[in-house]
Amino acid sequence: MNAGSMAFRTDATVGAKRGAQVNRLDGGLVNSSQVMNFTFDGKKFQGYEGDTLASALLANGVRLMGRSFKYHRPRGPLTAGSEEPNALVELRSGGRQEPNTRATVAELYDGLEANSQNRWPSLERDFMSINDRFSNFLTAGFYYKTFMWPAAFWEKLYEPIIRKAAGLGSISFEDDPDAYDKGFLHCDLLVIGAGPAGLSAALTAGHAGAQVILAEEDFLLGGRLNAETHEVGGMSGSDWAANTQAELATMSNVRIMPRTTIIGAYDHGIYGAVERVADHVIAPEAGKARQILWRIYSKRALLCVGSTERPIAFENNDRPGVMLAGAVRSYANRWAATPGEYVAVFTNNDDGHRTASDLMAKGVKVTAIIDTRADAPQMSSVEVLAGAQVIDTKGRLGLEWAQVRLANGMTRDIRCDALAVSGGWNPNVHLTCHQRGKPAWREDIAAFVPAGEIPTGMSVAGAANGDFSTAAALRTGTEGAVAALSDLGITATAADLPEAEDAPINVTPFWFVKEGKGRAWLDQQNDVTVKDVKLAHQENFKSVEHLKRYTTLGMATDQGKTSNMGGLAIMAELAGKQIPEVGTTIFRPPYTPVSFGVMAGRSSGKEFRPTRLTPSHKWASEHGATFVEVGQWMRAQWFTRKGETHWRQSVDREVVQTRKSVGVCDVTTLGKIDVQGKDAAEFMNKIYANAFAKLPVGKVRYGLMLREDGIAYDDGTAARFAEDHYVVTTTTANAVVVYRNMEFARQCLYPDLDVQLISTTEAWAQFAVAGPNARKLLQKVVDSDYDISNEAFPFMACGEVTVAGGCRARLFRISFSGELAYEIAVPTRYGDAMMQTLMEAGEEFDVVPYGTEALGVMRIEKGHAAGNELNGTTSALNLGMGKMVSKKKDCIGNVMSERAGMNTDDALKLVGFKPVKNTDQVLAGAHLMNATGEVNAKTDQGYITSACYSPILGSSIGIGFLKNGDTRKGETIRAVNPLEGKEIQVQVVSAHFVDPEGERLRG
Amino acid sequence: MANTVHNFGHKLKAITPLGGYDAQVDAFPGLTITERPDRALASLAARQGSEEQAASAAKGLLGMALPGPAAWSSAGDFTAWWMGPDLWMVDAPHDTHELLASQVKEAVGDAASVVEQTDGWCRFDFEGSRSLDVLERLTNANLRAAEAGVATRTSIEHVGCFVLCLEAGNKFAIIGPRSSAASLHHALVALAKSVI
Repeated sequence: MNAGSMAFRTDATVGAKRGAQVNRLDGGLVNSSQVMNFTFDGKKFQGYEGDTLASALLANGVRLMGRSFKYHRPRGPLTAGSEEPNALVELRSGGRQEPNTRATVAELYDGLEANSQNRWPSLERDFMSINDRFSNFLTAGFYYKTFMWPAAFWEKLYEPIIRKAAGLGSISFEDDPDAYDKGFLHCDLLVIGAGPAGLSAALTAGHAGAQVILAEEDFLLGGRLNAETHEVGGMSGSDWAANTQAELATMSNVRIMPRTTIIGAYDHGIYGAVERVADHVIAPEAGKARQILWRIYSKRALLCVGSTERPIAFENNDRPGVMLAGAVRSYANRWAATPGEYVAVFTNNDDGHRTASDLMAKGVKVTAIIDTRADAPQMSSVEVLAGAQVIDTKGRLGLEWAQVRLANGMTRDIRCDALAVSGGWNPNVHLTCHQRGKPAWREDIAAFVPAGEIPTGMSVAGAANGDFSTAAALRTGTEGAVAALSDLGITATAADLPEAEDAPINVTPFWFVKEGKGRAWLDQQNDVTVKDVKLAHQENFKSVEHLKRYTTLGMATDQGKTSNMGGLAIMAELAGKQIPEVGTTIFRPPYTPVSFGVMAGRSSGKEFRPTRLTPSHKWASEHGATFVEVGQWMRAQWFTRKGETHWRQSVDREVVQTRKSVGVCDVTTLGKIDVQGKDAAEFMNKIYANAFAKLPVGKVRYGLMLREDGIAYDDGTAARFAEDHYVVTTTTANAVVVYRNMEFARQCLYPDLDVQLISTTEAWAQFAVAGPNARKLLQKVVDSDYDISNEAFPFMACGEVTVAGGCRARLFRISFSGELAYEIAVPTRYGDAMMQTLMEAGEEFDVVPYGTEALGVMRIEKGHAAGNELNGTTSALNLGMGKMVSKKKDCIGNVMSERAGMNTDDALKLVGFKPVKNTDQVLAGAHLMNATGEVNAKTDQGYITSACYSPILGSSIGIGFLKNGDTRKGETIRAVNPLEGKEIQVQVVSAHFVDPEGERLRG
Repeated sequence: MANTVHNFGHKLKAITPLGGYDAQVDAFPGLTITERPDRALASLAARQGSEEQAASAAKGLLGMALPGPAAWSSAGDFTAWWMGPDLWMVDAPHDTHELLASQVKEAVGDAASVVEQTDGWCRFDFEGSRSLDVLERLTNANLRAAEAGVATRTSIEHVGCFVLCLEAGNKFAIIGPRSSAASLHHALVALAKSVI
């Protein structure tokens, strides 16, 4: 390096040590008055407002930004945009650490902290780069070939080692402290991309008064206008873009969304978008979103997403400093940064020459243009090597020399610390393919363009459609907007187009340099070489989809944006086909990586899903309740009293006190479905297995519901309030399912019946009052106008009453615990007061509130079935309710319940189990085996569904299903748990442990 | 003070869906979110073959025709919105219409089924110029395009809700299931804080 070039530094460490922006050029769209301090691998740097992390690092002379996935080869940025395969970094630290962020799109902010990834101990000296020495072993498919045996080693040994050696960024495993929002937008026209085509389309549609959304992934609108030196309408492209943006901003019908990537095209004109609201600041404000996942409902969409330059593969083309020509131009023109002092250009098209002239205009030395075309145009100020190819590169941790095969067969080494490569441009067709659209090959531009069945309502303009010039982009943008709006009946007028460059495309396809024995990199993110594609072809993985999976070409965060085309071209050549015959792989959403945080939105932690609170929730919280989630309801599980240190103490006390005196439980959560109509009674007969039509008004009946296949699925009580009015009660967890099934029955199965349904579950606060003193307690609360004596209001009665001096209430005499019990309901707003009233009135009886655990213990003691017994495999017969399936009427599930297999002689029957040894614990899930004999599936006699400790019986008890159980009472059998080697002896007993005759509940 | 929960002669003290004795109000620049426990609700479902009779009886009581799909209308004390085919919700001030369901049933007789829905729901009113900015992060309903009179069913934070546009761009009623009031309110306030 001579003294005159001291302004430029390209050694990765020199610039870092100096901390100066040695490769910063003049001009550009960065604001040099706003200095941003940042760190990369702990070293301090400065950049400017408007920089990306990549542009700021390049300006500081840092080209080495990462290590490759497999071989840990040193890599620098290849691009200046979201297509970047190499320059992946970890941004931020702690809970905010984000792996695999492309430095090329990470907007610089003051205090930014970035670290390189996939290297140890440092980026410059990475021990894992030893992999590169063993590259012969690590070719495509090496996993499949190498780690075949022993099979057991895969999961425990091979995979963990491979995962540690390969891979990209890491995560901190700390909770992300930031919030992410979701949102929904609607528009007439969604313009995707704000380059010349998008801006011109938005302007046209905006003037027409349409509702327009203009989404742009960059923080700056303008697309390539910001990266090129062409004038638009007599001003710089970036000025035109800024002016247009300013004009759009005055239109209330246009919503401009920078930093917003459209990630997927879905059905019916719906698009997914991620807006990075606060990724460009050190941290979002508290409570504000870092990112927003938008669902955009568009009537029409115009895709103006431009094109991506493609590289040419040649040996050692992955050295930091080898970049796409358009990216080099972007860094120079937009970000005022050059990747090196000496830049050479390697191209197969005219566009590459622009890079040379733009760089020279910025004072950067261009050492040569290597053009693969024999008829390459000449330039006066720089040597153009026509018909030449770059065949190799040299340099440690970065490019220093390019070796060129000249047209005359000689070789020449060209000094360059950056090589700008252009293999032509590929329209960004991705979103047109999200619904399986197949792009078509256009020979004149040697590229695929959108074709076939692109998403309904979508059209494409500008470079994304193969119209590469600025003038064509502006024209097709405005025309596209006019056409799209015309479909919607909105008249728009094509804008007066500013004058702009309209250069023809002049490209001769050239995909890879054939010379050289080393590795020519095709997919730099996945370390896929030209040789790997050849190997895949040789091993008969010829379909593009197989090629992709065998070599991993086109996978990972960049989705092969810079590599797919090269892979296809090589495969075509090997197969002796044309590129379009080889076809393309399917592009799927998301277009660029999306964080899991934004997909989760606000549904995380305690807000994972909404909860439902009972009317007595506040009271329960104040009285020591521990809550359990049941069908989204937060139900009190038990109420801990002073001195109780174990939940069993609380539950035992609640059970004993309820059975001894009285207990109160909030049962609002049980589903309540109001059934009315002239045919309500007939409808009830259909949905329940047992008969309801003749239930007298003012009475309640237990009912069992069957699925169509005859299996029991829900049970509960139904009350008849009038000839044409029932209220169905469901289990808590099944409330929605039952309501949905009833609606289905009403609308689809029995549309001729006059029935109206509506949920009233939460309209009424309902409390179970159970125990020998239940009536005495309620008599203090129910107004004295109502006689609730056993004679006037017997077991299974229901009626409307008033409580507490005139409050409307519904009273049901039903019992789940087996005790004398009622359920009393008041409008929910009075539920909290009702709970207090019941507890106050019950003081003289030492009333206790009880939770779901005590409720469960008491129902097991009583032998009542619940969800564990109605488990989707059991029938009414199994439950001991076979006779309830009325044969005098038809009901859902009736016919199918008669299937022979469901009515075998040795059918499972619900019975109870007591341990022979009093201290043994009966466990739900245990399988039942005969007293002696083998323990295996063939000898299985059934299983225990529910078990608990019964404080009343003083031992553990269970209920469950046993073959012929009803005839085996008194028999001693075994309850086994072979998985844990447990086995106890149990005696078969009636499931009704407490008050089997039912005297208490009728008393 | 209308927007609170009153008692009606008996000893039970009412609470709002959020658990307070008074309605919760959350104010932000450009947006006020107000809990509305002061409305009584009753569902009205026409019976088969009596649709016209039910509609005409309802009109007699409410002083207006029942609204069509995706709409609400109001007259005097009464508001009604469409919930489904031949199904409406009738709404009136709770202070004067605690027994709204009985009142409606009396008017329609056997022509329709009527069910008290008052305490099945909670309601939060959005008012202010920033309403839509917050609502667009809560619901996929196209409320920017909604005129006063629009009623829609939508999901907000996984909770099924009705949204009524009371004043285009400026005032909306969100009616959701009462048991989820706390979760719904949390979502409304969290998003208001995020946006404003």
